[in-house]
Amino acid sequence: MSGWELVHHIGPSIALFVGAGIVLSADMLLPRGRAPLVMLTLLTLVVAGGWALWHANTGTSGPAFEGAVVMDRFALFFIFLLVSATAAVTVASTEWAQELDLKGEYYALLLVAAGAMSLLAQGNDLILIFIALETTSIVQYVLVGVTRKDRSAEAGIKYLISGAVAAGLMIYGFAFLFGTTGATSLDGIATFVQSGPEDARLPLTLGFVLVAAGFGFKMAIVPFHGWAPDVYQGGPTPVISFLSVASKAGGFAIALRLFYNGLGGGDTFISEDWAIMFGVFAVASMLFGNLGALVQTDARRLLGYSSIAQAGNVAIGLAAVAAGTTLGPSGVMFFLGTYVATNLGAFFAVIAISERIGSYEIKDYAGVFKRAPILAGVLMLCLLSLTGIPPTAGFIAKLYVFNGAVQAGEEWLVAVVAIAVVNTAISAFYYLSWVRTMALDDPEEETSIRTTGPMQAMLGLAATGVLFFGLVPAPLISAAQRAAEALSVPLS
Amino acid sequence: MPTLFLLLPAVGALLALMLPRHREHEARWIALIFSTLAFAVSIIIFIWFDPDTPGYQMVDQFAWINPGLGGFEVQYIVGVDGLSAPLVLLLGLLTVVAVLVSFSVEHRVKEYFAYLLLLETAVAGVFLSLDLIQFFLFWELELLPMYMLISGWGSGRARYSAMKFLIYTLAGSAFMLVGFLVLGLEGGTFEIEALTQAPPQDALVPLSLVFWAIMLAFLVKLPVFPVHTWLPDAHTDAPTAVSVMLAGVLLKMGGYGILRIALPILPEQAHDFRVILAAIAGFSVVYGAVITLQQRDLKRLVAYSSVSHMGYVLLGVAALGAVGLSGAALQMFTHGTITGLLFVMVGLVYERTHTREISEMSGLMHRMPLIGTVMLIAGLASLGLPGMSGFVAELTTFLGAFDAHPAATIAGIFGVVLAAGYILWTVQRVFHGPPDEKWAQLTDANRWWEYTAMGSLVVSILLIGIFPQLITRSIESGIEPIARIFEASA
Repeated sequence: MSGWELVHHIGPSIALFVGAGIVLSADMLLPRGRAPLVMLTLLTLVVAGGWALWHANTGTSGPAFEGAVVMDRFALFFIFLLVSATAAVTVASTEWAQELDLKGEYYALLLVAAGAMSLLAQGNDLILIFIALETTSIVQYVLVGVTRKDRSAEAGIKYLISGAVAAGLMIYGFAFLFGTTGATSLDGIATFVQSGPEDARLPLTLGFVLVAAGFGFKMAIVPFHGWAPDVYQGGPTPVISFLSVASKAGGFAIALRLFYNGLGGGDTFISEDWAIMFGVFAVASMLFGNLGALVQTDARRLLGYSSIAQAGNVAIGLAAVAAGTTLGPSGVMFFLGTYVATNLGAFFAVIAISERIGSYEIKDYAGVFKRAPILAGVLMLCLLSLTGIPPTAGFIAKLYVFNGAVQAGEEWLVAVVAIAVVNTAISAFYYLSWVRTMALDDPEEETSIRTTGPMQAMLGLAATGVLFFGLVPAPLISAAQRAAEALSVPLS
Repeated sequence: MPTLFLLLPAVGALLALMLPRHREHEARWIALIFSTLAFAVSIIIFIWFDPDTPGYQMVDQFAWINPGLGGFEVQYIVGVDGLSAPLVLLLGLLTVVAVLVSFSVEHRVKEYFAYLLLLETAVAGVFLSLDLIQFFLFWELELLPMYMLISGWGSGRARYSAMKFLIYTLAGSAFMLVGFLVLGLEGGTFEIEALTQAPPQDALVPLSLVFWAIMLAFLVKLPVFPVHTWLPDAHTDAPTAVSVMLAGVLLKMGGYGILRIALPILPEQAHDFRVILAAIAGFSVVYGAVITLQQRDLKRLVAYSSVSHMGYVLLGVAALGAVGLSGAALQMFTHGTITGLLFVMVGLVYERTHTREISEMSGLMHRMPLIGTVMLIAGLASLGLPGMSGFVAELTTFLGAFDAHPAATIAGIFGVVLAAGYILWTVQRVFHGPPDEKWAQLTDANRWWEYTAMGSLVVSILLIGIFPQLITRSIESGIEPIARIFEASA
C-alpha cells in the first residue's frame, strides 16, 4: 500500500488533527480576537466530512496498517455522526467561547477529540484502540476544565481520576485478551475465539469484563457512571453537550467493534456470556439513572442521570446479539444517531435559556414557553424524544432497540425489555414534569428571552432532526443497517 | 377518508398554536371549525361504510418504515370496519361538544385548544390503525395532550391527578408493547388483519403471559377494579371538556383494544381466562356502583359510575358470543354519549355554583329548569331506562352474558338497581327539595354553545334509544368475524 493510500485510509482523522494544528497556530500567530477560529474549525470539519463522503462513494473498505485500522461503513457511520456533532457544538458554543481565555485551545481540542474518536471507530487492534481512546479521554479531561474556574476544574479532576481508573482496568483487560489469544488485532482474537476453546473461557471473560469497564466509562453505564452527574453539573455546559453525545457514541462504537468483530458476534461460545453482561449493565443503568433523575432539581444534573439511563437503553442493543441478525447493533447505531440530535438539542436549549435566566434550577424554568416559545418548544420536543413519546425520533429509537432485543429470541431479553419499558414510564415522570413546568407554570417575569443566530440555527437543526427521524426514520435505519452489516462480515 | 379524519384536527392544532398571543381567543373558532369538519368527515365515513361488505373499508395504506424493524416493514394502514365506524362517529361528535363547552376557557387559550385537537387526532389514530406498531404509536401520542390538559387547566390536585393518569397509562402500555413485539416476532408481521387470520400458536414467552401483558393496558384504560384508581382523580380534577373526552372516548380505547386486538389475535387465551374476566367485570360493576353511592362530590360520582358502567363492557366481552360482544360494543357507544352529557351537565352546574358538593346544592330546578331537565334525561339514560340508548346496550349485554356467566350477570343486573338508586337520589338532592337562598342569583343555561352541546347529545341518546339499528347494524357486522372465531372453537 502506498503512502497516499495509507493517508487516505485514515483521511478524516488526519484532516481533523491537521485542522487542530492550524487552529492552534492561527490563534498563536494572528492578533488576538482577529483569528477566524470558528471558520477554521468548521472548515476542518467540512474537509473531514467530505473525506468520509469520498470513502462512502468510492466504497473503500478493508484493513490497512497491518490490519490495525479498517475503513468500512461502520466506521463511516460514526465518523459522520461525530463530525456532525462536533460541528453543531462548535457553532452553538461560539457565544460562550467568546469569553474564554483559551479560545484557540478549545476549538483545537474539540477537533482533536473528534479526530481521535474517528480513529477509534476505525480501530481494529487493541493497541490502536487504547491509544485512540486515551487521546479522546485526555482531551476531554482538559476540555472539562477549560474555563479554569473552581467548579470546572473540580469536575475535570473528578473526570480524570475516574477515567484513569477505567483506563487502567481496560488495559488490564486487554492484557488478558492478548495473553489468552496471542493476538492484539481483532481479527486474530476473532480467529482464536471462533475455534471455541472451552478452557479459555475464564480468562476471556475476565478480559472482556475489564474491557467493558473502560468502554462503560465512556458510555456512562452503571457501574462506571459515577462521574456523570458531577461532571455534567460542574463542567462548562457546551463542553458537556459534546461529551454527552460524542463520548457516548465513541464508547458504543468501539464496544460494538470489539465485541462483534473481536469476540465473534452472535455465534461464538462466549457471546451469550457478554450479552448477559451487557443486559445486566443495561438494567442497572436504566434503574439507577431513572431513579436518580427523579429527585434532581438541577437541569444539568438531571441530564446527567438521564444520560446514564439512556445509555442503559442503548446497551440493550449490545445485549441483543443473535447469530445472523444485525438488529441489535443497528439498533445501537440508530439510537445513537437520534440521540445526538435529541441530546444536543436539549443541551443547547438549556444553555440558551439558562444563560438568560441565570439559573439551572428546573423550577426557574417556569413559564419559559411564554417567554421563549421556540427555545422552550425545542427543549420540550427533545425531552419528549428522550421519554420516547411519538412522533419524535426517540420513540422510534426505543421501539427499534426493544424490538431488536425481542427478535433475538431469548426469554431473558424479553424480561430486560419489560424492565426497560417500565423504566420508560418512570422516566416520563421527570421529563414531563419539566415539560409541564415550562409549558404551564406562570413565569415570574414576562420579558422574552432571545438567543444568538447560530444557536437558533443549531436548535432548529436539532428539532428538525428529532421530528424528521421520528416521522421518516427509514433513511437512518438503512444507514444503520448497512453499517451494522459491515460488522458481521468476516475480516480475513 | 380516515386519513383526512386523522389529519384535520392535527392541522387545526398547528394553526391554533401559530396564532399570535394577543389574538389567541380566536383559537376557539379554529378549534370549532376543524372539529366540525372532522365531525362531518366522521359522518361521511359512517354513511359510506357498508355493513354488508366484510372486512376493512376505506383503507389507506403505504409502507412507512422500509426497511422496517427487522425482517418486515412497518406500515401506515388505516381503515374502518363495523367496530370502529361508530366509535369514529362518537369521537367526531364528542370533540365538537368538548370544544363547545370549552368556550368559557380564558387561560392559555391557544395551547388549550391545540392540545384538545391533538387529543382527537391521537384517539382517532387508535380507532383507525390496523397495525400494532401504529396502534401503539397513537396510544402513546394520546398521553401528552391529556396530561397537559389535566395538569394545566384542571382544578384541585390537577398536577397529581395528571401524573397519576400518565404513570398508570404508561405502565400499562409498557407491557402492551412487549406483548406486541412478541406477537410480531411470532407472526412475522405487525398487521392486525394478518395476525387475526393466523393467530400465533406458540411464542417465546407463554402466550397467556402475552395475553395479560396486552390486556393490562386495556383494563387500565377501561378501567376496571383494581386498576381504576386513576380515573376518579383524573375526572375530578380535569376541566369539563377533558372529562367529556375522557369518559366519552378515551375509556373506549380500552374496550376497543380488547375487541380489536386481544380477542381476535389471542382467542384461545381469552377463552381460557373468560371466567376471570367475567369475575373482574361483575365485581367492578357492583364495586363501582357501591362506591358511587357514597360520593359527595358530583363529578366524582359520575366518574365512579363510569367504573361501574365499563364493567358491563368487560362482562359482554367475557361472554365471547355474538350477542354479548355486540352489547359491549354498543355499551361503549352509548356510555360515550350518556356520560359525556352527564359531565357536560356537571360542568354547567359547577360553572354556576362553583361547588361540586352535593350537600351544598338544593332545589336547583327552580333556578335552572333546563339544566335540571337535561340532567334528568341523562340520568335516566344512564340507569338504562327503556327508550334511551343505555337500555338497549345493557339488555343486549345481559342477554349475551347470562348463559356463560350467570353469577356475574346477576351482579351486573344488581348494578343497574344500584345505578337507579344513585342517579335518582342525586338528581333529587341536587335539583329538587327546597330552593336555597344562596343560589337565588343563578342563571339557567343561556349561551348558544351550551344549548348546542346539550342538544346534540340528547338527540343522539334518544335517536339510538328509539332506532338502535342505526348503530347496531354496523356493530353487528364488526362483531360477526370475532364471534365466528369463538363459535368455531366452541
